Amino acid sequence: MSLSLTECLLATTQEPRELADYQTGVPRWCNGCGDNAILSAVQRLCRDEKLAPEKTVFVSGIGCSSRLPHYMNTYGFHGLHGRALPLAEGVKMSRPDLHVFVSTGDGDCLSIGAAHWIHALRYNMDLTVLLHDNRIYGLTKKQVSPTSPLGTKSNTTPKGSYLAPLNPLTVTLGVQNVSFVAQAVDWIPELLAEIIAAAYRHKGLSFVRIVQRCPEFQPGAFDPFVLDPKRTLILRNELTLSAALAKVYTNQREHDASSIDRAREIASIEDPIPVGILFRDETVPCYEDLRHAGQPHTPELVRRGLEAELDKFTVWPGAPGPAA
Amino acid sequence: MTTTISEHIVEIISDSGEGAQRCGQAFAAIAAKSGNGIWTVEIIPAEIQPPARSIAGASGNRVRLGSGPVTNGGDEVDLVVAFNEQVLLGRVRAGELKPGCTILLESMWREHRDPTIVRAYLETYEMIVAEGYRVIEIPMERECRQLVSDPRKGKNMFVLGMLCSIYDLDLALAREQIAITFGKKDEKVIATNIQLLEAGSAWADAKLDFKYRVPAVPPSDTQVVMNGNTALALGILASGMEICAMYPITPATSASHYLSEIFERIGGVVHQAEDEIAACTFAIGASYAGKCAVTITSGPGFSLKQEAIGLAVMAEIPLVVVDVQRGGPSTGQPTKAEQGDLLAAMFGSHGDAPKVVLAVDGIEDCFYAMITARKIAETFNTVVVVLSDASLATAQQPFSRPVFDEEWLAPPVDQSAVAPGAKPYDWDPTTGLVRRSIPGQPHGMHTVTGLAHDRDSHVAYDSQTNEDGLRHRSLKLAALQRTLRCPPVFGPAEGDLLLVGWGSTKGAIEEAVTQLRSEGHRVSSLHLRFIQPMPSGIGEILRSFGKVMTIESNWSDRLEDTLIDADNRRHSALAMLLRSRFLVDVECWTEVRGRPIKPRSIRAAALAVVERELVPV
Repeated sequence: MSLSLTECLLATTQEPRELADYQTGVPRWCNGCGDNAILSAVQRLCRDEKLAPEKTVFVSGIGCSSRLPHYMNTYGFHGLHGRALPLAEGVKMSRPDLHVFVSTGDGDCLSIGAAHWIHALRYNMDLTVLLHDNRIYGLTKKQVSPTSPLGTKSNTTPKGSYLAPLNPLTVTLGVQNVSFVAQAVDWIPELLAEIIAAAYRHKGLSFVRIVQRCPEFQPGAFDPFVLDPKRTLILRNELTLSAALAKVYTNQREHDASSIDRAREIASIEDPIPVGILFRDETVPCYEDLRHAGQPHTPELVRRGLEAELDKFTVWPGAPGPAA
Repeated sequence: MTTTISEHIVEIISDSGEGAQRCGQAFAAIAAKSGNGIWTVEIIPAEIQPPARSIAGASGNRVRLGSGPVTNGGDEVDLVVAFNEQVLLGRVRAGELKPGCTILLESMWREHRDPTIVRAYLETYEMIVAEGYRVIEIPMERECRQLVSDPRKGKNMFVLGMLCSIYDLDLALAREQIAITFGKKDEKVIATNIQLLEAGSAWADAKLDFKYRVPAVPPSDTQVVMNGNTALALGILASGMEICAMYPITPATSASHYLSEIFERIGGVVHQAEDEIAACTFAIGASYAGKCAVTITSGPGFSLKQEAIGLAVMAEIPLVVVDVQRGGPSTGQPTKAEQGDLLAAMFGSHGDAPKVVLAVDGIEDCFYAMITARKIAETFNTVVVVLSDASLATAQQPFSRPVFDEEWLAPPVDQSAVAPGAKPYDWDPTTGLVRRSIPGQPHGMHTVTGLAHDRDSHVAYDSQTNEDGLRHRSLKLAALQRTLRCPPVFGPAEGDLLLVGWGSTKGAIEEAVTQLRSEGHRVSSLHLRFIQPMPSGIGEILRSFGKVMTIESNWSDRLEDTLIDADNRRHSALAMLLRSRFLVDVECWTEVRGRPIKPRSIRAAALAVVERELVPV
């Protein structure tokens, strides 16, 4: 995470943490919803990284995914549909010392928030973005989303959807300035936690697409993948596979995450589902660092800045005069 | 022959890109440095490069200079400098010239190679002479060619020289002004422009047999001169705000341009977001985290921000939203002045989203309103909408140089721990106010939400809790209202007619009132800055007059239309608000012509009411 530019009275504490420190409320997701796995993974991350709850902010939009901040005992902002990213960018620009996470869904991020998604990648601010992609609108009771497979029957497409889904990974990897792209699935919690942790540790915008089950409105949609481990492609680089997992998930590949071309190639594979870090570039500058390159804001600086400008506009009695 | 006068209105107009605007700005600055009062109005074509010699392409500046303070652009023009007859024709047709107005007209078109141009020129020339204007043809281009190879690039400084001669302004000030104007260019450019200036002045001295003197009654204190958008940007800087998020839109953008130039020096950030919604939500995020952020826009952008504004009201995040109004609806008239967004500012978000609406009433107020807006936003944890408009955006006027006060800046972000048991929305039962909580405060963790929520910021599923929140958010406006002073009445506090206005029309309304009073009419005026909440005492003022009429630049139905009657008439925005709040039969007079309302028009509208009242029934 970036260095603090805000004068804070508090240093980030490094005392041991427990999961309970980050838990609050009773999640109101359906039984079997993948969001529960994502919540557990981020709580584990907070514990392992000893994040001070008061210095951590979860920002979200609207939808099932976006309820996540309510279940985190950190600061949170449950904002507007599609607008989690610009909200989070404002938080980070204002307070680079905070750890800022974004929870967003396929509808929230890729449909109503599509412009913000593309531009957030360009800004490359130090945010950890978790895309909860269940390929359906859940909170509004089953409408097609941009990632719904062709032919998906929903309340707005009773005869099946008409359009091919968009691939959030290939689109993301098509944007200049992209610096971290990964994919995880909710049914392998160890890897989910590990990938989210890697995303958090990356300085820049980390985009993690999490393929997530929705038992209520997409029941069984991911069963073929869950039931057949061969249909998961493990990107071996950087992942520490336990012996047990390695035995089950034998479909593995060494992958060079520094190559955008290799990353794009992997991203376009839809079956098996690639799991791991597709792309990482540590050299892309963060927008907040570019913008905070000057002096920090102080009253004295404001006074001097104002006086210097007013000098330019002073017309009477005879002074330097206005800038026309 | 020198005529001494107390004020004069001058217009310099050209094709777009010929420099009339720059000439007008420089002329105004020189007059201001001479101790004169000034007010400028930009004449802006709507296109980047309108066709040359076209009526719609007129670009330039109106400068009204006076012995004392000047508060508006005035009525019709006394003297025009026109670079071609077509741009002039537009101003004539729009009725912008006084009868007998002096016109200094570029005469090169007489000898043009293209016979259609010659014909057009002669036609217009003869027409304006026949209409009784004093037309003086001047070979500006030819005179400039003796000094520069491309006279189109220097004619404006020649004209500036002529004007300095005609109005007896100090050429030394003009040279200084040129040095400032072209400061970023090299010495050679400055020297050439000074040559042109001197040539223009010498030409006018030798060839024109008239001069005007507007003796300055200089102000007693130090004055600055700038336009409203510059004042807004400086006000943002002076308010201690550190983040401005915006998306380009006319006429708001120039404020962001200037702010971009100066903000980083003091550690500020101007963020050009990907769209208006992102600009607003970015600002909300920045404010939520402990700063106070501002977003600047104009009408269409303001519409796009409405959902986010509602979120800031609901979550109680301080936010300053500046709307530099332009002609609407839809794309409307991007470069033209209008006051059409008042109701959108008050009621634009869905549901009940009480927010503060503050309308700046002049250039100086553009500066101070930003400081006030930030203070209110942070004290009441709410949204403050500041309404300006296109005519203030580009108009220039001198005002007393602000004296910096550290009080303007808020204390540093409070990062102290939250007391056990304290809730993020522990509303004070009387005022609705609550301690501002921000990330970084230990033990204060909670999630803010745009959903209905209880005092713990937990999502509320019962109607009682929702109503509780609505009540306290509304109370905050009442709490602010108790701190507001009633605006002063301009003129006696009782009479036959009270004119009520808001925003940029203040100077024109008061000028009309002064004129009417000098003619013996019992007319006063009242100008509102705070429209939501409205200060106490306004009702009593309204009831002290026989008639009340609002003066606004937004639409109201005209009773002369066959279909319109008292039952279906749509009143102007402020009239509607005053009628509903004070149960006073408020009349309205409006003009939506995309230009500043003239004192003369206001006077005529007021007279119509006063004289109607005098007719025995």
